Amino acid sequence: MKTVINYIRSLFLWELLKGLRLTGSYMLKGSVTLQYPEEKAPVSPRFRGLHALRRYENGEERCIACKLCEAVCPALAITIEAEPRDDGSRRTTRYDIDLFKCIFCGFCEESCPVDSIVETRLYEYHFENRGEHIMTKEKLLAMGDKYEKELAADRAAQALVR
Amino acid sequence: MDALIEVYYALPVVVQILLKIALIMFPLMGLVAYYTYAERKVIGHMQVRQGPNRVGFFGFRMLGLGQPIADAVKLMFKEIIIPTGANKVLFLLAPMVMLAPALAAWAVFPFDVGLVLADVNAGLLYIVALSSIGVYGVIIAGWASNSKYALLGAVRSAAQMVAYEIAMGFALVGVLVASGTLHLGEIVMAQQGSLLHWFWLPLLPLFLIYFISGVAETNRAPFDVAEGESEIVAGFHIEYSGMAFAAFFLAEYANMILISAFTALMFLGGWLSPFQGTFMESWFEWVPGIIWLFAKTAFFMFLFLWFRATFPRYRYDQIMRLGWKVFIPITIVWIVVVAFMRVYDMPWWFD
Repeated sequence: MKTVINYIRSLFLWELLKGLRLTGSYMLKGSVTLQYPEEKAPVSPRFRGLHALRRYENGEERCIACKLCEAVCPALAITIEAEPRDDGSRRTTRYDIDLFKCIFCGFCEESCPVDSIVETRLYEYHFENRGEHIMTKEKLLAMGDKYEKELAADRAAQALVR
Repeated sequence: MDALIEVYYALPVVVQILLKIALIMFPLMGLVAYYTYAERKVIGHMQVRQGPNRVGFFGFRMLGLGQPIADAVKLMFKEIIIPTGANKVLFLLAPMVMLAPALAAWAVFPFDVGLVLADVNAGLLYIVALSSIGVYGVIIAGWASNSKYALLGAVRSAAQMVAYEIAMGFALVGVLVASGTLHLGEIVMAQQGSLLHWFWLPLLPLFLIYFISGVAETNRAPFDVAEGESEIVAGFHIEYSGMAFAAFFLAEYANMILISAFTALMFLGGWLSPFQGTFMESWFEWVPGIIWLFAKTAFFMFLFLWFRATFPRYRYDQIMRLGWKVFIPITIVWIVVVAFMRVYDMPWWFD
């Protein structure tokens, strides 16, 4: 009996009609496309985009050249050189992140004891020349200065769960 | 207006015919172009996307309506690459063999009462004959490309097209028995009465089989093993580029429109109004028959796209089984049924 019913169903294209109904209903539903350059998807405060080095409110750079980020980096993307500054505090003379190596895992940010190296929400960037893929200390600090408000707000929002 | 008509009749007959051909061909080509656009839009929306929406005219996007024009211009300016091992003559002949019958079939297509380029008495035969030429284009293309994928695609598609042509031919025999004529205009007139007088009802199995075979005949999803992107990349036209490829593309879409139009003509009463025989008939008298014909055709054209968005590709043996072991027996049985209906003057179609 079951086989007979199945046979009749297949003869009358029952399953196919059900499929057509499904796609037909989806057509009437309207699309979920975002028109990218004009519209953008929401970004989480935990988003791991391009890196930045932050400063304290008095303008002093946070990084103390502990090199924890360099040690934890699984892709060996971070290179740090450090020397005592004139006032005797320990600071970096070189802080490079190779964006070709970086896998944006966020370990550097996790490991940083002073919340200096962070990842911003920025995900739209490109390189036009050789060597631009190295984020130098100047570039990182500039990023930090530019996005400090957003970075501070994101860190504050995440403070409870971190 | 009268002066224009006078000028028209003063022209030599050849020029008159050429004018008529242009009058059919240019709207058809435009329809083909915008059919590809409609395909991308419809399938896009079925997949919860938007489809092309950037290319427009004069700096306006206009829902991407400029897309087919841009595509056509791009294809025209691209190089036609001829593979070194290819047979050059056959290689260039194949797209023409493919496109010519798809366009030539419109010669006998009646758009309204008497509105037909060539009023051939055996129009149905002409259609069947022309639609079987297309398969040569596929085989020639596959062989002349000197590529194993092209050949595999051609062999698959040839077997499939031959198999489904039989079912298609038998379905048309049903129409022939029911209407008692090969003349396409008279086939439509035989369906006069009302929506229930059209042949789709007494010939329902043949109607479905004709359309499904038509989908298989044009190598469209779900019967597109001839193209089989995942296994043989693009099948028989893998080596084609530029305008030669565009010819295949045009032929495929022109064939789809042709199948849709003939399904509408043979089973859904062509240019006849669906309100015929009801109290609404007089309300819609001002609508020209060609609009009804186009509406019916558009419905089937939409089905082509709907199928493509919905169904996964049939396995090759399933295609062959469906063609030979399901469709052909059903059509043969139903022809006998129709013959009996005809002989015993079954109301209300054949009385």
